[in-house]
Amino acid sequence: MAKLSFQLNADDFLPASASEKESLVVMRESVGFWKDGFRRLKRNKIAMVSLVVVILVLFISFVIPQFYPYTYEQQIRGSENLAPMQYSQTELTTMETGGKVFPHILGTDNLGRDYAIRVMMGSRVSLVVGIIASVLILFIGSLYGSIAGYFGGWVDLVMMRIVDMIYTVPDILIIILLSVAMDQPLKALAVKPGFQWIQVVGVNLISIFVVFALLYWVGMARIVRSQILILKEQEYVTAAKALGASSGRIIKKHLLKNCIGTLIVTTTLQIPSSIFTESFLSFLGLGVNAPMPSLGSLASAALNGMNSYPYRLFAPALAISLIILSFNLLGDGLRDAFDPKLKD
Amino acid sequence: MSGYLVDIKNERLSFFTPAGEVKSLNDVSLHVKEKEVLGIVGESGSGKSVTAYSLMGLTAYPGRLIGGTLAFDGKRIDQMTEKEMRKIRGNEISIIFQDPMTSLNPVYTIGNQIAEAVLLHTDKTRAQAAERAKELLTLVGINEPEKRLKQYPHELSGGMRQRVMIAIALACEPKLLIADEPTTALDVTIQAQILELMMDLKEKLGMAIIMITHDLGVVANMCDRIAVMYAGKVVESGTTDDIFYRPGHEYTKGLLRSIPKLNEKEHNRLIPIEGSPVDMLNPPAGCPFAPRCKSCMKICLREMPEYTDLSDTHYSACWLHQKAEFAAARKHPAGIDAQKAGQE
Amino acid sequence: MGRYIIKRIGMAVVTIFAVATITFFVMNMVPGGPFMAEKAVSPQAQAALEAKFGLDKPLSEQYITYMKDLLHGDLGLSVKQRGRTVNQIIASKFPVSARVGGMAILLAAMTGVPLGSIAAYRRGKLADNIIIVFSTSGIAVPNFVTCTILMYIFSLKLGLLPTYGLTSWKHYVMPVAALALYPSSYIARLMRSSMLDVMGQDYMRTARAKGVSQMVSLFKHALRNAILPVVTYLGPLLAYTLTGSFIVEKIFTIPGLGSEFVGSITSRDYPLIMGTTIFLAALMVTMNVLVDIAYKLIDPRIKLK
Repeated sequence: MAKLSFQLNADDFLPASASEKESLVVMRESVGFWKDGFRRLKRNKIAMVSLVVVILVLFISFVIPQFYPYTYEQQIRGSENLAPMQYSQTELTTMETGGKVFPHILGTDNLGRDYAIRVMMGSRVSLVVGIIASVLILFIGSLYGSIAGYFGGWVDLVMMRIVDMIYTVPDILIIILLSVAMDQPLKALAVKPGFQWIQVVGVNLISIFVVFALLYWVGMARIVRSQILILKEQEYVTAAKALGASSGRIIKKHLLKNCIGTLIVTTTLQIPSSIFTESFLSFLGLGVNAPMPSLGSLASAALNGMNSYPYRLFAPALAISLIILSFNLLGDGLRDAFDPKLKD
Repeated sequence: MSGYLVDIKNERLSFFTPAGEVKSLNDVSLHVKEKEVLGIVGESGSGKSVTAYSLMGLTAYPGRLIGGTLAFDGKRIDQMTEKEMRKIRGNEISIIFQDPMTSLNPVYTIGNQIAEAVLLHTDKTRAQAAERAKELLTLVGINEPEKRLKQYPHELSGGMRQRVMIAIALACEPKLLIADEPTTALDVTIQAQILELMMDLKEKLGMAIIMITHDLGVVANMCDRIAVMYAGKVVESGTTDDIFYRPGHEYTKGLLRSIPKLNEKEHNRLIPIEGSPVDMLNPPAGCPFAPRCKSCMKICLREMPEYTDLSDTHYSACWLHQKAEFAAARKHPAGIDAQKAGQE
Repeated sequence: MGRYIIKRIGMAVVTIFAVATITFFVMNMVPGGPFMAEKAVSPQAQAALEAKFGLDKPLSEQYITYMKDLLHGDLGLSVKQRGRTVNQIIASKFPVSARVGGMAILLAAMTGVPLGSIAAYRRGKLADNIIIVFSTSGIAVPNFVTCTILMYIFSLKLGLLPTYGLTSWKHYVMPVAALALYPSSYIARLMRSSMLDVMGQDYMRTARAKGVSQMVSLFKHALRNAILPVVTYLGPLLAYTLTGSFIVEKIFTIPGLGSEFVGSITSRDYPLIMGTTIFLAALMVTMNVLVDIAYKLIDPRIKLK
């Protein structure tokens, strides 16, 4: 017969006090939505690496050009078509006499412009377009979607039918058409006082923004609407209504706030998509005007000289792939971190 | 081994999740005789389903058996290869699940899904399997079997779907039927029908049944014996009479107390069991029920209680049983067969 | 089912009509007609040309004429390519694009579906990680980058494949591969998440409980459910292939409808622009309707309105 493997004594059979019991109850601490999400995000190595890359890219595109010795439209006579790190005759002479010449890290193009700064500016343009377009889409889309979702009924029906139609219209076709169509009127507008900036930015770019505002918000609207549809059935909405809250207040305070996670994720993923579209259009020649570079237009220009100057193609190609990839991975990571469905 | 159909001894099973090791089963021992109905009762997380699935080798990733033995019909389940297990599943041991809505594949017909079970384990032709499927539908009380064979799961009601699940389970006349909360997702009236059907079929086919549920009402009618589980352990086991009329464990008593009685003259408050279920990531050292137990003693917080025989058929794991005996300086280290076997 | 089809076709027609209208008015917003850039055209000659093409009539009249013709399937005469109708041009260029595009879609499906399934099956392991990395890169890299890199490696450096034209099977390799990369990656990711979703469903557990083997449960039970989202993607996939063709055709100098369209814009060939836009829009809308119908046929759960 087996014996008890430890000693018992009479004291052990006394009732346990409440405090003794409590010390054993280990409740897992509840964390807030944001803290929990960030914790999960930090654990995701790929997302963290992407975040670092994104920050680096932003730094290189926005900060470094401010201190860079060359500008994107500056044409240096005698320094045309230099290979990376090569110096022209003039520059060599300058250096021999003791002057300093900052190296052309990526060489120069056929007009003697430093290529590195052009790639950096190109990245800046792509990023600016991508971010502004995504913010536009965020506002228009979430406003539209929340109204449709919240009010439901025939308001929703009509609004969504419109969305369906916009969805089916081939966007690229409209962009191209609009770019062509707005070309002349905007050029005429550009010479008027106060509108000079149009010349710098380029007519095409503006038409891109217009089209984004007209067409691309539908995806966001759909997502927001379906979120709202789910959320508005929640009891706290009924409670708010019972307390007499107005529709606007309910949408703003209760519904949209709970969508924020989804909104952030969708916007983060919209950025690379917008950049994709912009580079595609620039490649076709419908993007920013020369001399302002865009990664797409740089790649397009480099296509011809691909044999002799391959780096002119690879630099913007690599840059754009890196930007889009890192934003996508970051967006994926954010979604994994903040999507409650995936909670353990 | 004794002549039990199912003999589980000291089973230990954990899930190795990113958050840590979840000790789902912490020394579970139970047995089922041929043609016997065993009820496993407990709350969510107690490990009842996990035990049943482990018997069929269906433990989901990342779970793993880390100790103990599982025997079915004299064969060691825990030592079988996947191929050997497949021959047993759906053939000698069948299982029906809780939610008939999601347990049937939406893109295949009922007939197809029933016939599959037949075709897997017998040499019948497709036509013969279809015939058998029809037979089975009639057996489980579904009218117009011809028509039903061609229908899809979403075209049937919840009760009918559960009958189909039973038909699939019985296709090869198993020795053991595991029913994992088969009626929880159904209306009360349908519940009664399904349970009646199961008892009827048990008599007809001479099967043993393991009925997993948190509903004491169900076990009262159907089961010969009951095992009460809490936090991955069998805390009490006995015949239905033993459990209902002579409950030994505080948890069992709590469960019985919390059932509202219709025939009480006074309207008493419902008596719940205070506290929350155990965090299986960090199970406490002593009795897992200690923090919620009204009669908790100091020993309970420190040491896992051993099994005490309350009769030939009835045992329970609680220090309270030893209190009086200890005071009288008599010890009962003996427990059930399994414990003896484990310690030898 | 019949009512549903009619409803969808009705919506499709309305959309095409809307697209045609938008295109018409946008085109005419552009100052400078098709004849302005031509050298030495005297005012009389210009007026005569405009009269010939009906460009001197008021806008609303032009619109109505156009729409009437459209209903007959007549897309008008090309203004820049004298003597050819728009229908003729489209008829000669479209098959080229269709061949390349069709092969690309097939390639994408044949690679994406298995890769996604493998990634789901081997979740967390090396195969899965590799597939995720490649497919994420595949959807991130713009196709002009893919095209140019492919061209650089296989034409310039290795001299294996030709850079332009479409005369031999070798000419098809790079364009089709470049065009298929994005959809293939997208499908792989979609398939992966869809499979993971399905693999966690209860009915998969039921299948295993019946004694079904891992392999069979994946192929028979999971795949059919998991492929449904991929089918819905076919609509947008076609749209992508269409627009992707612009770039691919430009880089690889393929005489397809995509490059024709881009060219017509720069040369202000109104009828051709309109005709191509409407044709492409009609194509996409039709495909979307077909995909919708196919989806409802595959999934028995969907109630047909």
